[in-house]
Amino acid sequence: MSTLLHAEYPVDAEDYTRAGEASADIKRKLKQLGVSAQVLRRVAVASYEVELNLVIHSMGGTLTLEVSPERVRLISADRGPGIPNVELAMREGWSTANETARSLGFGAGMGLPNMKRNADEFDIESEVGRGTTIRMGFLLG
Amino acid sequence: MDTQARYHSVRLEKELCKGCTNCLMHCPTEAIRVRKGRAHILDERCIDCGECIRICNYHAKIAATDSLEMLKRFRYTVALPAPSLYGQFRSVTDVGVILAGLKKLGFDDVFEVARGADVVSRAISDRMRDPTLPRPIISSACPTVVRLIQVRFPDLLPNILDIRQPMEVAAEIARSEFCSKHSCAPEDVGVFFITPCPAKMTAIRSPLGQSRSAVDGAISMMEIYSLLRPLISHIQKDETPEGTSTAYGIGWATSSGETKSIFQENALSVDGIQNCIRVLEEIENNKLSDLTFFEGNACVGGCVGGPLTFENNYVAKNTIRKLVSNSLLRSPQTPRDRVPPSTLNKYPVRMEFEIEPHSVMKLDDDISVAMQKMQRMNEIIDSLPGYDCGSCGSPTCRAFAEDIVLGYANEMECIHKLKDRLQNMAEQMVELAQTKR
Repeated sequence: MSTLLHAEYPVDAEDYTRAGEASADIKRKLKQLGVSAQVLRRVAVASYEVELNLVIHSMGGTLTLEVSPERVRLISADRGPGIPNVELAMREGWSTANETARSLGFGAGMGLPNMKRNADEFDIESEVGRGTTIRMGFLLG
Repeated sequence: MDTQARYHSVRLEKELCKGCTNCLMHCPTEAIRVRKGRAHILDERCIDCGECIRICNYHAKIAATDSLEMLKRFRYTVALPAPSLYGQFRSVTDVGVILAGLKKLGFDDVFEVARGADVVSRAISDRMRDPTLPRPIISSACPTVVRLIQVRFPDLLPNILDIRQPMEVAAEIARSEFCSKHSCAPEDVGVFFITPCPAKMTAIRSPLGQSRSAVDGAISMMEIYSLLRPLISHIQKDETPEGTSTAYGIGWATSSGETKSIFQENALSVDGIQNCIRVLEEIENNKLSDLTFFEGNACVGGCVGGPLTFENNYVAKNTIRKLVSNSLLRSPQTPRDRVPPSTLNKYPVRMEFEIEPHSVMKLDDDISVAMQKMQRMNEIIDSLPGYDCGSCGSPTCRAFAEDIVLGYANEMECIHKLKDRLQNMAEQMVELAQTKR
């Protein structure tokens, strides 16, 4: 299972002017690769959520796209602050978004649950002080 | 890319094209390339929005519509004026004047598309009760928006409402009513839509979600305007028929008219093709998950902003607003009260089949090959200056890289790369000359 496409997108904390650009590029790439509409939609939702999470909650990080003929993988790795209680964070409606984010319509507490719901494979690791890594897989074909 | 020729109303007048980059830069689907000094429209990408018609200074982009000569092919003819036609006449306060004018032009009868819109409004509000339909439901009324979704947002196709366009529903009713009134055969009646845009013309020749259009032809609103204008002031009060549509149906001429007619609280009415693209991107990201309805109009202001309209779209919008408020009091408020269920049952309002994706963005059918091409494309993009100047004939450096990978262009068509190369060569020649001395 060889990865044939690899793209990295640095995402800065609180950078709302660029928020959504990485997921827009991911979407465009997948359309060009001819990924089916059903998978595309799920990746679109999950990549946007994960990118916005980096902007809103993290101290910055990188979103990575990997595509092989079998699956699309999205990896989000940030530099902190880390989630103290992952189980709680995974609950629908739970959010720690600040006022700026809420005023922009974010912070409904659906980010992580939405990612999990849309991905075929979902894994989250977090350590306070170190950061959070989210890995998602979407099966093709 | 498929080779099957598609019908398009938007065309190029070769002799008039200077090969500039205006249309190239404004095409929302990157469907234009300039090659050998003139523009080429890529059939499979064009969505007939008409942006190139608006932007071309040389009038080299045109919308093909049917000529009035075509009326002669039928024993009887019925005109179907789009409600946007009413917005072309600032002085007219009674729709009947325009309807009478159309009859004077030689049509045997007139049927308002606004009435078709009333029927469609009821069909939509009935259909929206189905909780299984994916939200937001996307209006199917603007054929350009539907085609935009086909080529750029294929994953949103399931959200498109499976209800026919008002023009189609109006044509069915018009023909049927005319035939029973005059006891004639359906094929004796030619039904002609008076169109504000090329997209509707294309939708007649190559229908969306149905195998055959009920409309026989489309006459340009611009042409009708020029003929109607001198007649309008001479029409007497006793010649004017009663309008049959409601204020809500007429409102469809402008952006948000459709939304108002179906009373959707959580709906977005978006006009202008670039704005539609922006919002569709957000719908695709599920950012607007609380939205129930999306009404997109490719033209600014809605149909009154169509490339084949004469009046400034803001003025037309105001004219429509006045017509709407004049007839609002006698218009039943709910879609159900405007149209009886018998009409809905008698005429086809639902589409016959789902709208197919039309994935023109794909680099290759085989995903592994597509990935290799993308790799190569990214390498080329890195080597290009990123000016997006259009001199190569492709709209952006990225599109140019794509064209190279697909075999439609070659790298030295980039004048900046060529310049660098020549500079290099010149330097080498100087070096060579110096070493000889």
